[in-house]
Order: sequence, then C-alpha cells, then structure tokens
Amino acid sequence: MPQVHQHNYDVVIVGAGGAGMRAALESSSRVRTAVLTKLYPTRSHTGAAQGGMCAALANVEEDNWEWHTFDTVKGGDYLVDQDAAEVMCREAIDAVIDLEKMGLPFNRTPEGRIDQRRFGGHTRNHGEAAVRRSCFAADRTGHMILQTLYQNCVKQDVQFFNEFYVLDLIVQDGHAAGAVAYELATGDIHVFAAKAVILATGGFGKVFKTTSNAHTLTGDGMGIIWRKGLPLEDMEFFQFHPTGLAGLGILLSEAARGEGGILRNADGERFMERYAPTIKDLAPRDIVARSMANEVREGRGAGPEKDYVLLDLTHLPREQIDAKLPDITEFARTYLGVEPYTEPVPVYPTAHYAMGGVPTNIRAEVLGNNTEVVPGLYAAGEVACVSVHGSNRLGTNSLLDINVFGRRAGIAAAEYAATHSHVGLPVGAQGTVTAMVSTLLESTGTERVATLRAEMQSTMDRNAQVYRTDASLKQAEEDIAALKQRYANVSISDKGKRFNSDLLEAIELGFLLDLAEVLVVGARARNESRGGHFREDYPNRDDVNFMRHTMAYREGDGAIRLDYKPVVQTRYQPMERKY
Amino acid sequence: MTAIVEKPAAAPAIVKRTVSVKIRRFNPEVDAEPHWQTFQVEALPTDRVLNLLLNIKGYQDGSLTFRRSCAHGVCGSDAMRINGVNRLACKVLVKDMPDEIMIEAIKGLPLEKDLVVDMEPFFEAYRAVKPFLITYGNQPSREHIQSQAERDRFDDTTKCILCAACTSSCPVYWTDNKYVGPAAIVNAHRFIFDSRDEGTEERLEILNDREGVWRCRTTFNCTEACPRGIEITKAIAEVKRALLFRRV
Repeated sequence: MPQVHQHNYDVVIVGAGGAGMRAALESSSRVRTAVLTKLYPTRSHTGAAQGGMCAALANVEEDNWEWHTFDTVKGGDYLVDQDAAEVMCREAIDAVIDLEKMGLPFNRTPEGRIDQRRFGGHTRNHGEAAVRRSCFAADRTGHMILQTLYQNCVKQDVQFFNEFYVLDLIVQDGHAAGAVAYELATGDIHVFAAKAVILATGGFGKVFKTTSNAHTLTGDGMGIIWRKGLPLEDMEFFQFHPTGLAGLGILLSEAARGEGGILRNADGERFMERYAPTIKDLAPRDIVARSMANEVREGRGAGPEKDYVLLDLTHLPREQIDAKLPDITEFARTYLGVEPYTEPVPVYPTAHYAMGGVPTNIRAEVLGNNTEVVPGLYAAGEVACVSVHGSNRLGTNSLLDINVFGRRAGIAAAEYAATHSHVGLPVGAQGTVTAMVSTLLESTGTERVATLRAEMQSTMDRNAQVYRTDASLKQAEEDIAALKQRYANVSISDKGKRFNSDLLEAIELGFLLDLAEVLVVGARARNESRGGHFREDYPNRDDVNFMRHTMAYREGDGAIRLDYKPVVQTRYQPMERKY
Repeated sequence: MTAIVEKPAAAPAIVKRTVSVKIRRFNPEVDAEPHWQTFQVEALPTDRVLNLLLNIKGYQDGSLTFRRSCAHGVCGSDAMRINGVNRLACKVLVKDMPDEIMIEAIKGLPLEKDLVVDMEPFFEAYRAVKPFLITYGNQPSREHIQSQAERDRFDDTTKCILCAACTSSCPVYWTDNKYVGPAAIVNAHRFIFDSRDEGTEERLEILNDREGVWRCRTTFNCTEACPRGIEITKAIAEVKRALLFRRV
C-alpha cells in the first residue's frame, strides 16, 4: 500500500496555469493556500497562447467594453450567458492593466502605451469593421502571462506542490472538503483537507489526434467532476482553430491574420471573401475553420493531396513579421521547412479549445445542477463553463477568461474559507485514488494505453471534428463504448513507485474516454448547427429547440443523462450571424 | 466527412526509416548505475525526437520515463542531451539526425529516473535573483509608460522558458552547482534592463556574489544550447558591464 500523507489548508487550487496562478495571487494573500499542479507551473499550456488578450482600452482607436460584449455574444452564436460576458468585458480593462503593473512586457505604441491589434470577430460598433482591441507581447502573449503570473507567485511566496496529480475531489455532505493527489516522484498519496477548492485544470484537447493542445491536456478536472455525478455543460462545443500547421496541428496564431495575413486556396483565391464579405479572414474561428474545410472538400485544397489551404504572409514587410510574429514563423520553418517570408504556409483546422466544462456562475462557484452551487467549490479557465464563450470562443478571450475569472475564483474562495470551518473528511478519503492506482498496478490485462488512445483520437478526428452528422457521431459513440470496455483490460509495464508516468497516462486515458463520450452524446442530441458544432444533417441554428445549454450527468450505472439549462440573455436578442 | 491530413504534404515523398535510439536508462528502484539501452524505431523524416520517445514508451517499454507537455518548444519540459548536445526533444527533427541517436538526461542536476532530473536546484537559483518587477511608491492609475525602444532593450531575455538547457550545458555549473547559472542571469537581465523596474541595485548585488555572474567563463555553451535563440552570453556580459559601471 502506498504511504498516505495528510495536509490542511484553507484553499487548495488544482492547476497552475493562468487561471490557477491568478487565483493563487488573490487567495494566498488572504488565507493559507496550496497550489497543486501535475507539471511545473511554467509548463502549463497558457504559455502556448500567442496572439493577445482583448480589452477595450481604446489606446489606438475608439472602443468600449459594450462593443466587446456584443462581439463575444455574437461570436458565441448567442449561447453565451450575457451576464458573464458583461463581467468579463468590463473587467478586461483592469485585468490588462493589472498584468502590466505585475511586469508583463506588452508591445507599445509610439506614445509608450500598450499597443493593440486586430483579432478575429472583434469589431467596432457592433460589426462595422475590425477593431484594434488585442493587447499583446509579440506572438507569445500567453508565455508572457504565464511567466508574469509565476514571477508574481514567486514574489508572493505562493506554496506550490509540483508534479502532484490530483485524481479525486473530496465532497462531504454536499460541500467541497479537499482533494486527493498522487505524488509523481514517490508514488505516495496526499490528502489535502480544505475549506474551499478551486479547479483550474484546463481542457481536454487530447481526445483528438490533430490538436494544438499539450500532451498533458487530458481533462482531469472535468473527469473528476463527472465521476462525482456533478454535471458538465455544453461539452459538444469544441473549437477547431483554423490555422494549425497542416498535418501537425501546431498552432499558428490568428494574429498572423490580424497583422494582415491572408488565407488562399490552391487557385490563390482569397476565399474568405466569399464566406465573410465584411471582415473576411478575420471572421470568427468556427466560420473560418468550416470555410477552409469546405474549400478542401470541394477540391480547392492545396498540396499534392489537396488537403490543406495556405496562409500567405509573403506580402508583409519582413520587419513586421520579425517584430510581431517571430515565434509562429519559426514554427513553420522548424516543423514544415517552409520560409514564411517567401512561401505561404500549409494550414488546416486543429482541435484547440473546449467551450464547455464544469458549470459555474459569475462568482466562479461550481453548479451542482441548473441553479444550486456546490458550497466551497470553484472553477475557472478552460475547465469551467461560465459561459462566456457560448458555442464559439473569440480569439484572445481565453487569456481574458483566465485572468478575470481566475481572480474572481481566488477572491471568492478565500472569502468563503475565511468565514467557514472545515467540514471534515470522511474516513478513508484516499480510497478512490488508492483503488484506482492499485487496480492499474496489479492489472494483468492485455490492452495498451497507447493503442486505445490512438484509436480514440482517430475516431474523434474522423467523426466528431469540424463537420458532424448523426451517422458519424453514432460511429464515434460506438467506437468509444468499445474502447471503454477494452480499457477495463488495460495494463501498464512500469510497476514502480518513482516517477511512474506510465501509470498516470493510463489514468489520464480513463478521463479522456469519459469526456469523449460526453462530447459525442451531447453532439448527437443537439440537432442543429451553432458555433463550433456543425451538423451537416441540421445545417441551421434552431433557436426554438436549442437556444439552451446542455447539462450532462453521469447516472449510477454509468449511463449519460442529458438535461438543459436556459441561456442568460440581458441586452442582446439573437440575430442571424453574418460577418 | 472531411479527410484528416495525416502527413505534412509540404514535405516531398515521405519514406520511413529505422532509427536506432540509444537511451541512458536509470531506475533508482532497481539499478545501481545507469546503463544504455537501444531501441529500434520506425520514423518519418518530419517526426520529432520526442515522437521517437513517445513511440518507445507507447509500444515498446512503458517504463521509459521523460517529461513532455506542449511538444512544440514553448513549455520547456523536454530538455535532454541528444547526441551530446542539449536540445528540446520536440524541436529536433529526425531528418536532421543520423541513424543512431543517443539520448541522456541533462547534466549537472540530480538524476531521478531515465531522462528525468530534479529541477528544484535550478528553480532555487532562479528564485534567488528576484525574478519579478520591483517598484516603489505610488503606481500610475493606468499602465506604466514605456517606449517601444525601452521595451526592445530586454526583449531577448523575455523569451526564456526555463527549460534548463543552458544551465545544464555550462561547464562551470557542472563542477560548481552553487553557481546561479545562465538561466537565472537571463531572468535577472530581463528585469535589470526593464525601464519600469526599480530593483536593479539589489539584483546586481546578488549577482556580484562569488557564485554570481563572475563565475561565467564565456564558453558560449549556453547560447548554443538555448532552444529559444536567446543570446545568453551577451546578456551575461551586459550584466557584468552593469556591475562594473553601475549603469544599465
């Protein structure tokens, strides 16, 4: 049996990306806080974000946060909870200023203020034209946010537990009571009692094969919530970023188009003029990704297999590319051997971001059903669905989301902890995790983790990507059900205690399979097309039947029950979405 | 249904080749000493060395242990010695490598298992140089004003991803692990030359220590190892100059 250690904190934060560390800066200055991360904080995938963080600073042209709110609601195809979008866009301005004061090295205007550039779906005065709203640090804004937040955590002496995999949440009498972690270095189990727990574990892009996501984005936080019988919201909405490096999925920022880059098909045609006549290449991601996929389907793809389109930067001055897009041009050179100064870059949509997740309200409190919160439990960032992104997130709004709702979660959890006592731990709180670990260590099954994972990713890419039909989703559902059965017979070859990543990969695959199933079941039930969810058999948005959030629950026997939740509408009535 | 692109069609005719991957293994629960083990892996020219490791772990030996996350050179997890040179495994392509590839953990940090080292001494040195913006007195109500030229002054050192490729390639660090090392100096430089920062004096004093910048022997290993292309040796020289002339 593994050794079990006990810890006691006011607030435990799970995950040390942007949302987790932004929460930690608030929480640790108020109450005793621990941050548990399965990586080192600076490895988190916030660091891979490139293009920027939008806020209506109006540093370079007229702008205001209400326009930003409208763009966010329209960009999300009206599935956005408008109260949450208002909060995010209003607080965006302070969020950017806060980061600057923490030391973030934003690019500057000639006057020395924070510079701003155009980004997909962000417009002036409700759609008139693209607006310069994105604050950025070259094309490594996420890297600079992650570094700046970590630097400030060091300054504030935040307590991190690095390479601690949280595998279970402790819920006692309906209250969050702590978390159970597996320590990678030793194989020991750690039980953290806490008055409040914040989930900031990120997304689950690894259910797909072609993805911009890190290997570590395996949806652990969502998976834990799911197994507790708590709901997951809008899981069928997954964003496919238009410009992944073809065949590899590595992200090339929308900033490339914000700086003037143009998408072309094999004929050299700027095809986005046909799909979004007003803002063309800067249409929201779902529209651009579908347009690209459609060009390829209709035979206008580039390359020997006609299976990608081209991102053309060759008309941009080299100085502009070097100053504003150095990293992504380097990716094209390193991984495809393409020189973006002189050649267009092969690109194709890549699985990028989960709009859905753990349902929360604007105080970052986790919901146990449509209306009631789980006391002491908070979530922020990609793991959460508040829902500011609706059915399609606008570019830059994720970096904004982690800062605004990370901060809110940190404050709310600390205030909750300051006014409540520990609810106490059940006997054997570590039971679920010790059983999970020992089952895998003792298994003599014949299935390999890598094989099952590759098959899952393959069926998800084939059947649940940019274009979906009932038949394709049914196929994916059957494939995943079969993979789940085989997963029961999985075994690992490393039986040791120290740095057993073999074991953790097996556990992560379990979470991924659960979440892939929820995604597919939700997508099959949503007989409409909205934002990132496009059904060829139901190509139109259906506000009468589907202007509502999906709420998925795991029943006792493992079956999935779907329920629905109304969308919060404040000032914007749904309109046809044209750009 | 849309066909999924399986391979980057930018590359010409794609031929797999068999690569011999020789890895320095060490499992502290079993082995008294590290030993070399060779695996044969079929690889595409466009595969990264990280793909070889993932392939071995997935299909040949699940106990092979290494860190990885983003897989495209921005998270800094997978620094390792590849054919004797510190690289990120996710930034080296098979087409640029010979048929035999030797991989071992980075040097100078305690070996934990296979390609995993204890990163704690590295982060301890990083924390020692106060790697955060230090300001005193009243703050502006909006952002600090900083010209683009002032911003450009420290641009290079903001690229650091703390992968430790530089520090663990430094011969001085190998023999004296009290030396703060190039990565810590890079992160000090990032603030020393930031016009908004007011902590220059205290940070320079830390680096004036006998285990500070003066330990650097300008061998340029760090600059050659940096996967982000940071001119590390130059940054260290600039910190030395700042110390000599007390002027940044």
